[in-house]
Amino acid sequence: MSTPHGDPDDLARAPWIPGPRQAADDHADLEAAPGADTVLPGFEASGEPGPAPEPAETEPAETEVPVLTHGVLKSLLGAWALSACSSGETKAVEDHLTSCAPCADEALRLRDAVALLHEDRDLDLDPLLRSRVLENCLGRRPARIPVPEWVTPYDAETARLDALLRDIGESEWHAPVRLKWYEEDRVVRRKATVAGVIGHLLAVDGLVSAALGLTDPLGTGVPELSPAERTEAFWAGLDRPPNRALRDPWREQSHTLIRTVSFAGRGVADLTVTYKDFALPLRDSLLERAFECWVHADDIANAVAYPYAPPSGAHLHGMIDLAARLLPAALATRRRAGLASPARHLVAAGTPGRSLHLEVEGAGGGHWYIPLDSPAAVGSAEQSVAQVAMDGVEFCQLVAGHISPEEAAAGQDGDREAIRDVLSAAASLSRL
Amino acid sequence: MAMDTPPRWDRKMQQRLARGEAAALGELYDRFAALVHSLAHRVLDDDAAADQVTREVFGYIWENPDAYDPKQGNMRSWVARLTQRQAVHRLRQAEATAYAETGQGSAEELEQKVRRASVAARADYIVTSMPAPLRAALELAYFQRRDYRQTAADLGVTDDEARRRLRLGLQLLSTANTRPLGGSSPPGYGPAL
Repeated sequence: MSTPHGDPDDLARAPWIPGPRQAADDHADLEAAPGADTVLPGFEASGEPGPAPEPAETEPAETEVPVLTHGVLKSLLGAWALSACSSGETKAVEDHLTSCAPCADEALRLRDAVALLHEDRDLDLDPLLRSRVLENCLGRRPARIPVPEWVTPYDAETARLDALLRDIGESEWHAPVRLKWYEEDRVVRRKATVAGVIGHLLAVDGLVSAALGLTDPLGTGVPELSPAERTEAFWAGLDRPPNRALRDPWREQSHTLIRTVSFAGRGVADLTVTYKDFALPLRDSLLERAFECWVHADDIANAVAYPYAPPSGAHLHGMIDLAARLLPAALATRRRAGLASPARHLVAAGTPGRSLHLEVEGAGGGHWYIPLDSPAAVGSAEQSVAQVAMDGVEFCQLVAGHISPEEAAAGQDGDREAIRDVLSAAASLSRL
Repeated sequence: MAMDTPPRWDRKMQQRLARGEAAALGELYDRFAALVHSLAHRVLDDDAAADQVTREVFGYIWENPDAYDPKQGNMRSWVARLTQRQAVHRLRQAEATAYAETGQGSAEELEQKVRRASVAARADYIVTSMPAPLRAALELAYFQRRDYRQTAADLGVTDDEARRRLRLGLQLLSTANTRPLGGSSPPGYGPAL
């Protein structure tokens, strides 16, 4: 960066060191602008961030100039260049610069260095860039050990959440997050913090780790616990309120899961992951974890006022499909508990039965036929007795317990009881 | 904040990339994408162009993991050098195209622009790589406009120490004007990736 004053010969005899620059943001000019009145003509902060020095606002002249040793004056050069000394010290440094060539030389270098400071702009990294970059790489050189297709939603969602966490400040880790879900047709709420939510994800992802024989974040010899129980146990086991230190273990676990599954070979997709009250094959379990990761990333994003988009269409489709596949069993459970209307027909397993047509619009959308009378029945377009049309993200919010079955009903047609039962069953899939 | 990765991480990552492990590529991206994109953006001042350079840099690393030599420094500084080289290459290309189309500008102006962009990118890299206590002091004094005594109080150090950190931080930063990135860049600009 060459300035018109860059010549060392000039400096040696030069009493004309320009004053320090102002800081980048110009709200609240607290401590005046020390030295602004010493800026000499010809010096311009051209093209660099930060406002031009304002006309001197300092108290006129009578600043007391302290007598300082050469060592102290030298040590003040950095603070001086950043306009971070008292006005007396500023004056003392500038007086000194007129008579000390080495200090004048350094002062100029440091002042130029201040011009290179720049706001971090990491926030602008497009979260969709990741998949484009990786795709491009794999097109240039195919992977010998690929990440299985069914793991990519989990890979993408954990990476998106990690990028958000990377951008938030220390204090935001303690921002309150309101968790919300459905239990027995009632909304349940739980207060947590951003860090607490990461602890929750870490603890429940641990179910998958345990199923794969990896280290369980809850430690060894943990009895079989539900996701909520695991979370409570993890929170209770912390000796301090959860903080940003949870990011690394959470991220490391997700990376290890992805890596382990990549090496494990085909059969692993069908490995059973037990959630205490139910079980899922690993391929669905990681899809469920991807869904939870997105839902909670969205909770966190809301808590810290950060923009957060839904997953890509393909991944969203997989999540909706998983929920649609879980609905018949959820419906049967509710029926046994007297929360849903009784079955109308007996349907032989594996044959088409009375169904609800779920039409999901938008990215990741599609058509699903939910068998109503038995989880063993096959959904059928011909035998559909009702239709619900919803946006994909809205459907996911219903499944996450963020909106009620009543709020969710956009376009409905047909058997009202069937519609109510299915939407309530969808909300019942939500949990902590 | 991304700090230098431990040497063991660098070596393992290199091995995993060489083995063709896609999961390692994802981790590499998670670790360095923000650095690559921001350096490229600093040189090119354009989102789409920075995206493009990000694609090229990761594509190059994935195809040539053996090009990294741990003896020359850590992986982070290597990635930064590759990025800067590629971004400058793209900047020259874009400027040459603009020159061909409009006839405006001169070789001298182009060189000046390239030099300015390179210095800016080096400075960004230095800021993200300097020891955290120095960066914290600079952030308080510059972005938060704290004076050095307030900075000292915020950091829980003596006034002397705050002055020392601010001066040392700026001294490091000022090397952006004189020294190539990462301290061990080959002379000149290498071939495009």
